[in-house]
Amino acid sequence: MTLFAAEAIHKRFGARVVLENISLGFERDRVHGIMGPNGAGKTTCFNVLTGRHAPDRGRITFDGRDITGLAPQRIARLGIARSFQIMNLFDDTLVIENVLLALPAFRGRRTSVLGKVFEDAGLTDAALAVLDLVGLADRAWEKAAALPYGDRRALEIAVALAAEPRILFLDEPTSGLGAEATQGLARLLDRLRQRYTIVIIEHDMRFLFGLADRISVIHWGQVIAEGTPAELMADKWVKRSALGEVA
Amino acid sequence: MITLSDLSAKGGSPVTWPMGLFLLGLATAPFWLAPIGLYQYLGIEIAIWILFAMGFNLLFGYMGLHSFGHGAYLGVGAYAFGLFQLHVGTSLWGGLLAAVLAATVAGAVVGLFLSHRRGIYFALLTIGFGQVFWFSAIKLHSVTGGEDGLLGIPRPPLELGFASVDLNDNAAFYWFVAALVALVVPLLWRLVNAPFGRVLQAIRQNELRARFIGYEVWRFKWATFTISAATAGLAGGLFAMAQESAYPDVMSLHQSGLIVMMVLVGGGLVSFWGPVLGVILYFIARDVLGGLTETWLLWYGLMFVVMVMVRPEGLAGLFHVLRPGKGRA
Ligand SMILES: Nc1ncnc2c1ncn2[C@@H]1O[C@H](COP(=O)(O)OP(=O)(O)O)[C@@H](O)[C@H]1O
Ligand SMILES: [Mg+2]
Repeated sequence: MTLFAAEAIHKRFGARVVLENISLGFERDRVHGIMGPNGAGKTTCFNVLTGRHAPDRGRITFDGRDITGLAPQRIARLGIARSFQIMNLFDDTLVIENVLLALPAFRGRRTSVLGKVFEDAGLTDAALAVLDLVGLADRAWEKAAALPYGDRRALEIAVALAAEPRILFLDEPTSGLGAEATQGLARLLDRLRQRYTIVIIEHDMRFLFGLADRISVIHWGQVIAEGTPAELMADKWVKRSALGEVA
Repeated sequence: MITLSDLSAKGGSPVTWPMGLFLLGLATAPFWLAPIGLYQYLGIEIAIWILFAMGFNLLFGYMGLHSFGHGAYLGVGAYAFGLFQLHVGTSLWGGLLAAVLAATVAGAVVGLFLSHRRGIYFALLTIGFGQVFWFSAIKLHSVTGGEDGLLGIPRPPLELGFASVDLNDNAAFYWFVAALVALVVPLLWRLVNAPFGRVLQAIRQNELRARFIGYEVWRFKWATFTISAATAGLAGGLFAMAQESAYPDVMSLHQSGLIVMMVLVGGGLVSFWGPVLGVILYFIARDVLGGLTETWLLWYGLMFVVMVMVRPEGLAGLFHVLRPGKGRA
């Protein structure tokens, strides 16, 4: 069943058309991959789907509900979480607080002006559990800014997971990671796929082909191919555009 | 890096040593101000400005919204206190309540216009609104007394039921102001370490991410603006009592600039206590440098410039470096 759908999305910045008639559908409990060369419009596509930019045309629905043009915070509260290609953390604070802030139950306490931030042990434990999932539990009480790069990428994912999402958008989670960290991430995503509907932008083909149930290839702001990894392997367009870029 | 968050990561227990030191200083000031060559009224001024500065820093330091027109809310509080005494009746609590309410309403209304703005647009609008209040104070002659302002505002006595304390005596008035400061400052400390305050700081650090984890950023900006205006209003009411008058200068751009300088010099960007240091330093500079030279404000201004250039973390930054403070809640 399609949980999230984008129909005929157009987006331009000034004279530059970045997305041209993009339609995508993401099935519940599946991993959907998006690939394509740099500058193809993948991140912009995520930005439109998650409310950072309103589309110029087209319709976006989540679980049957029209969410086109909603503000990102409203989309987020519906259970749509995302990570960012360029990291977006709360750097001046603790690792655990990055995750805590993203918990819906903590958001419920947002108007508390006299409570203490870590006083609810249930919430702190929930945040630790999320950190444990990405392997950061033992760095929970360190400064976010002090984490090494790979751990910051993991934290980026943890913040998205903390939102208890019904669908998870990950923008190039492996970018900048070494081989070992990439493998660790693959194992993490393999575990997450049991629990989440995931949409993942990835330029590392091997990584994506091993993970995704379906893949859409975006080039020049359009979907040029779509299918299972096996189907795409056979597609000559994919070989020429996306695959060619990476190889 | 030293940041506001350093301090509060430990969970915001109200019994930290700086809080203890602060309250101790507040409680003992009358006994050592005169012996070290200062005077009672200075203590009153410092205490009032500490209130103003700490509420202001909630917005400036914690939320990262740079208001350059905050004198307006100090002024609104001062005028509201005066108008209450002159037209409604002589009442301490009535006047202070009027001061806080008027400033809260003014802040809430202005905040609606500001809370969707950021950066230079936010700053320019705060100046614009500040000028609107200042101009109104001068032009609404029949209400505000024009350029002269409201004169002869009484200091109503503090009614304790069993006794009535005459606040015309500066010593008694100091205790009253100090008691309010001792109430408000720990409340602000709790606030910045409560979920609400932590969200503010998250928004300052990364507004985009805050939105993408579901926070209505503008509401936090609005609420913070309003709270800081309310605190300024309380300070303004007390200021009207201290000066026994309210006049347009209270809400001038000069005043708004002073509070920014005090907070920055003290280290409001990195510490809850920065504004306290900044206020004390300013008034000491005024009285000590001012006793030596008429150009003291020039020297203070130069000190500000040097501070911003070499030690943007302000005075509080110096303490931070010395303090290894680390660890979990
Ligand atoms: N906010 C923006 N304003 C103007 N141009 C943008 C903006 N965001 C993206 N673009 C442009 O859109 C194109 C696609 O970018 P992007 O979506 O980041 O590509 P990808 O993620 O596939 O590498 C690029 O040419 C980029 O310069
Ligand atoms: Mg991208």
